Amino acid sequence: MTKADIVEAVYREIGVAKKEAAIIVDTVFEAIRAKLEGGESVKISRFGNFNIRNKVPRRGRNPKTGEEIEITARKVLTFKPSQILRERVRDGEPIDAS
Amino acid sequence: MTRSDLTNQIAKQCNLTHKDAEVAVSTIFGSIAHSLEIGHRVELRGFGSFGLKERRAKLGRNPKTGETVPVEAKRVLFFKAGLEMRRRVDSGGQP
Repeated sequence: MTKADIVEAVYREIGVAKKEAAIIVDTVFEAIRAKLEGGESVKISRFGNFNIRNKVPRRGRNPKTGEEIEITARKVLTFKPSQILRERVRDGEPIDAS
Repeated sequence: MTRSDLTNQIAKQCNLTHKDAEVAVSTIFGSIAHSLEIGHRVELRGFGSFGLKERRAKLGRNPKTGETVPVEAKRVLFFKAGLEMRRRVDSGGQP
């Protein structure tokens, strides 16, 4: 599934033009990105939480050359699915590889 | 930010009634969940992708009692942040 399918679903559910449905979907994802960018977590009840984790710098190794390098401090995004979503996925249909 | 903060923001920004914004937000996350439930991954350019992995059955242990217990095969969900998302999160608002 891609964004186009989500736009289609929003278009069907609320009586707006397809173009407007696309803008609504973009606005939702952009609103989430903007909060995460500001370091804030985003909690979508019944779906899951997006959290920012601050990673401390550590020494790493280039696996190809064995050379030691410093891995800099960074912020990464993690997603923790809600209990409901985890259960729905667990009991769902087999994975479609296509 | 919570689901209701997001709903309020969308209502304002997109000029929707609160009800319509609520339906839009529910539809977006509901359709992602549904897709995953029927075994299809979801790819959102610039945001990230929600994928599925099969976990085989294994023997686990009750960490409290040390007792061995069978863990059934299951399907788990993982999220991988997209390129734009990773960049923006890491830069923390600075260009």
